[in-house]
Amino acid sequence: MTTVINVPPSLDAETIEQVLDQVAPLPRDQKVLIDARHTRWASPYALTTMLTLGQTRAERAAFTGPENDDTASYWGRTGFYKHAEQIFDLHGHVPRARNGGESSVLLEITPVAKSEDVHDVVERIQQKAQAILVNELHLDPQATMRFAMTLSEACQNIVEHAQRGGWVAVQTYTWRQRLGRRVVQIAVCDAGIGFRASLENAQGRRITDRWDDGMALEDAVIRGVSRFRDPGRGQGLAGVRRFVGKWDGKLSIRSGTARIAIVPSWDEDVPLAEDLAPFPGAQIQITIPERIPPR
Amino acid sequence: MINHIDVSSVLRRTVCDLYSNLVTRPTGAAVRTEIENLLAAWRGPSLTVIDFSHVNLLDFSCADEVVAKLLLRFEGGAPPQDAYFLLRGVREDHLDAIEHALERYQLALVMQADDGALFLVGTVNDEQRRAWLALRELGRGAAEELASALGQELADAAALLAALHERRLVMRFEDTYVPLGATP
Repeated sequence: MTTVINVPPSLDAETIEQVLDQVAPLPRDQKVLIDARHTRWASPYALTTMLTLGQTRAERAAFTGPENDDTASYWGRTGFYKHAEQIFDLHGHVPRARNGGESSVLLEITPVAKSEDVHDVVERIQQKAQAILVNELHLDPQATMRFAMTLSEACQNIVEHAQRGGWVAVQTYTWRQRLGRRVVQIAVCDAGIGFRASLENAQGRRITDRWDDGMALEDAVIRGVSRFRDPGRGQGLAGVRRFVGKWDGKLSIRSGTARIAIVPSWDEDVPLAEDLAPFPGAQIQITIPERIPPR
Repeated sequence: MINHIDVSSVLRRTVCDLYSNLVTRPTGAAVRTEIENLLAAWRGPSLTVIDFSHVNLLDFSCADEVVAKLLLRFEGGAPPQDAYFLLRGVREDHLDAIEHALERYQLALVMQADDGALFLVGTVNDEQRRAWLALRELGRGAAEELASALGQELADAAALLAALHERRLVMRFEDTYVPLGATP
C-alpha cells in the first residue's frame, strides 16, 4: 500500500514541516507518493529538503510534481528534476531539461559529497554572484567573496560531518510575506548522521543528562563545538554566523528533531524549535535580504 | 635568507592546476604541507614571505589549515627551525578569515600592505603591541634602545622582546631585534 504525502501549495522552511510530519510516523520501507501537484511555489530549502527526503526512504518513493506549467518549468530550471529522477519514481508531467537562462538561480541544485565538489560550487557561484548581490541586492561589493566563503563553509559541513552526500542550491526571490524585499537564499541539506551523532563521535565527550538534538545544535552553532579535538575546528559555522549577522540575515539549522536559528529583527522565528518530526541529517538555510540603500 | 612563496602557485601545484580558491580543509592541509616541505629544505634562519596576491577566495577552514596551523608549529620556545613568516597580498576578505583563525589560538603575525607598511594581526596584548610598534619605528634595536623608547625598565623591555621573538613577530640577531619585513 502506498501512502500519499500531501505537499502544501507554498513550500518553505515552515511548511515543509507539514510534509515531514506526514512521513515521520511511517516505516522507512513504506512506499510513499509525494504529491506536489498543487504546489505553486517552493524555496530552495524546500526543494533540497524534498530531495533529501527521497534519499531517506528505503523503498524508492514516488513523486508527482506541480501541475502548474510555470512552477514545473521553474523547478526544472533549478535542477530539481535532474536529481529527482535519480531518487524518485516520477509521475505526471516532467518538464524537459533546459540549462541556464534563469537569472534568479545563482546555483542550481548541486550534489555535494566531497571536497572537490565544494571547489566546484565556489567556482561556479562567483560567476553570477557579483552581478546579483551587488547590482540587484545592493550588498557591499566585498560581499561577493564573503558570500562564497559562507557557501563554502556550509557545504563543508556535509563533507566533514554528514558521512553521505547532500545538496546545495542558491536562489534569489522576492519574499513578499515577511519582508517585501528580495532575498538570496543558500540551502544546504543532507540526510547524514546529523549534529547530535557527529558530536557523540567526539573522543572523551561526556554525554550530560540533557543531551538531545537541540543541545547538540546549541553546542555546534552557538559554542563552536566540533567532534574534533583540534581547537581550529568549528570555525566554519562561527564564520557563517558572523557574516550572516553583518548582513542582517537569518541562519537556521535543522537536525534531528530540533531547529536552531539566528533570528534577525525582520523575522519572527523562535531561536530554538524542538520536538519537530524526526528527520535525518542536517538542513541549513541562510537567508540574506536585499539592502535598502540609504536615501 | 628571505624566501617567497606564492600560495596560489602552491595550490595549483599540489592540489589542482585549475583552482584559484583556497577552500576546504583537505586543500588547506595540502598547501600547508607543501609550504612545510619547502621550509625544511631551507637551512638556517629564514624569513618566508607568504604571498596571497593571486589567491581568489580564502575560507575560514583553509585559513586555519594554512596560516594558523603553520604558525602554531613554529611559535613557542622550541620551533623545529628558526623560521619567520610575513604575509603579503592579503585582501580584506582574506583578512576576515585569517584574523578569525588566529584569534582562535591566540596567535599573531605580521602583514605587509601593498604600500610596504607593516602591521600586526591577531591577538597581541597592549604592551606587546606598543613594544612592536616602537621597534618598528626604530627599525632595529636591542633591549636598551627599546627601554629608552618606551620609558621602561631594561628587564621589562628585554622580556617584551623575548616574548615577541618567541611569537615569531620579530627576528633576533644576537642582542638585536628586527621587526619582520624591516631591513636588518
